[in-house]
Amino acid sequence: MKIVIAVIKPFKLDEVRDALTRIGIHGMTVTEVKGYGRQKGHTEIYRGAEYQVNFLPKLRLEIAIASEQLDQVIEVIAATARTGQIGDGKIFVMPVERAMRIRTGETDVDAL
Amino acid sequence: MTRAFLCLALTTVGALAVSPVFAQEPKIDGADTAWMIGATGLVLMMTIPGLALFYAGMVRKKNVLATMAQSLAATFLVSVVWALIGYSLAFTGEGAFIGTLDRIFLAGVTMDAISPLAKTIPESLFMIYQMTFAIITVALVAGSVADRLRFSAFLLFCVLWLLVVYVPIAHWVWGGGFLGTYGLIDFAGGTVVHLNAGIAGLVAAYVVGARRGYGSENLAPYDLALAVIGTGLLWVGWFGFNGGSALGANSRAAMAIVATHLAASMGAFTWMALEWWTRGKPSVLGMISGAIAGLGTITPASGFVLPMQAVLIGLVAGAFCFWACTWLKLKIGYDDSLDVFGVHGVGGFTGTLLAGVFAVGALSATPELPGGVHGLLEGNPQQVVAQLYGIVVTLVWSGALTFVILKVIGALVPLRVRQEDEVMGLDVTLHGEALQ
Repeated sequence: MKIVIAVIKPFKLDEVRDALTRIGIHGMTVTEVKGYGRQKGHTEIYRGAEYQVNFLPKLRLEIAIASEQLDQVIEVIAATARTGQIGDGKIFVMPVERAMRIRTGETDVDAL
Repeated sequence: MTRAFLCLALTTVGALAVSPVFAQEPKIDGADTAWMIGATGLVLMMTIPGLALFYAGMVRKKNVLATMAQSLAATFLVSVVWALIGYSLAFTGEGAFIGTLDRIFLAGVTMDAISPLAKTIPESLFMIYQMTFAIITVALVAGSVADRLRFSAFLLFCVLWLLVVYVPIAHWVWGGGFLGTYGLIDFAGGTVVHLNAGIAGLVAAYVVGARRGYGSENLAPYDLALAVIGTGLLWVGWFGFNGGSALGANSRAAMAIVATHLAASMGAFTWMALEWWTRGKPSVLGMISGAIAGLGTITPASGFVLPMQAVLIGLVAGAFCFWACTWLKLKIGYDDSLDVFGVHGVGGFTGTLLAGVFAVGALSATPELPGGVHGLLEGNPQQVVAQLYGIVVTLVWSGALTFVILKVIGALVPLRVRQEDEVMGLDVTLHGEALQ
């Protein structure tokens, strides 16, 4: 099992979710986060006072999947979240040791 | 019976028509009273929730409630002190410098009492209408020291500043004191309210000191949407502020409202245009700042100027206040958090001066003064002198006494919150509450 962590532009969420649903991924956790990478922040001006905003709002998606689905999931997220502009985000993959669905007690791949 | 009544009615109407003197006898008028009750509500709405939202929207999230608390405290504390003694000292008697104690604890403000300063409405109404002006003036000052002033210090400030600064100036300009007698025209508070609050705010910003992180940290507003709602309430409330200053339901009130609305509109447009041109984007904060600048600036002139002159005053207001907030402030280096001086001080100064330039006699004509008050453009340069006199007196009195009052309060309680409390936020450290 793997967990895919994708940091994406907020307005891309629905597109990514729909595409993942189409390939049989039926769950994810979404968090509103702030961060920066190569994309520079922006300047805000309030009555002449200029503030450099370095941390930009992004969404962090966590998707737990069976290892066989990994390549397809990465491909789908990359294809749907891409705008071609700087700041599209990143995808990280980590191994998952165990999983359990709390209600039924099912474990590992059955719990995903 | 009906015919007799009709006959009597016609005779009465005829008598009124041929004897304008009757209109000057103190007599409560239903229409005037109705309008002034409405106007009183509008001006109170300017402070709560208008100014509370306007100010709270411009501070950081951790100080939103503390900022609203200042507008609330100014409302309830100033109201009570005004009734106890403030009104009497400001609006009774004919003293050049201060009123009398005739109306202390509102003694004599009975069902049929009428103030000689407002001859067609109950004195109780005149008293509470003027109360709402005192409230907003005190509440305005707090904006310059938002994010750091201790609440207990602000409560003391409300009482002392009302009695030592606001009440005398209100008496000098509107209550029969020496500035009004000298010929200063100030329809709704260019000197008494805006210049007064503006200079007091500037002095307070100096005495209390800059916010922690001013000039280095991001002090961006938490929620400008609140400030937009506040601006809308202030803008509409200003119809009661300036329109009500005619003290009656009449054409002058309507002209003042037209001037008010046009100046606000032109101020908003001008600030927006200048910001777009010099900074690249037309910000929402810029539009609302320009509107408030236009409103503050037209205040002394409304009721004395024509609509197109109000448009011009709005233009000057937007440009001058924009310059004060974005250039002058940075040059001088004071931290007037919410630009009380840059908007209200500069606006009050500009409007008071321009009222002396543009005053049109026909608008202020009364049976006692058939020609009305003429400004510079109607060949009366003396009016500009009177306006400058009012400006200088207000600046000196308010500036000096605000300094003294803050020093006295500072000797009793610390003016500022502790540094770690400032970092934590005033909501939780002063009030034990927080926005989630």
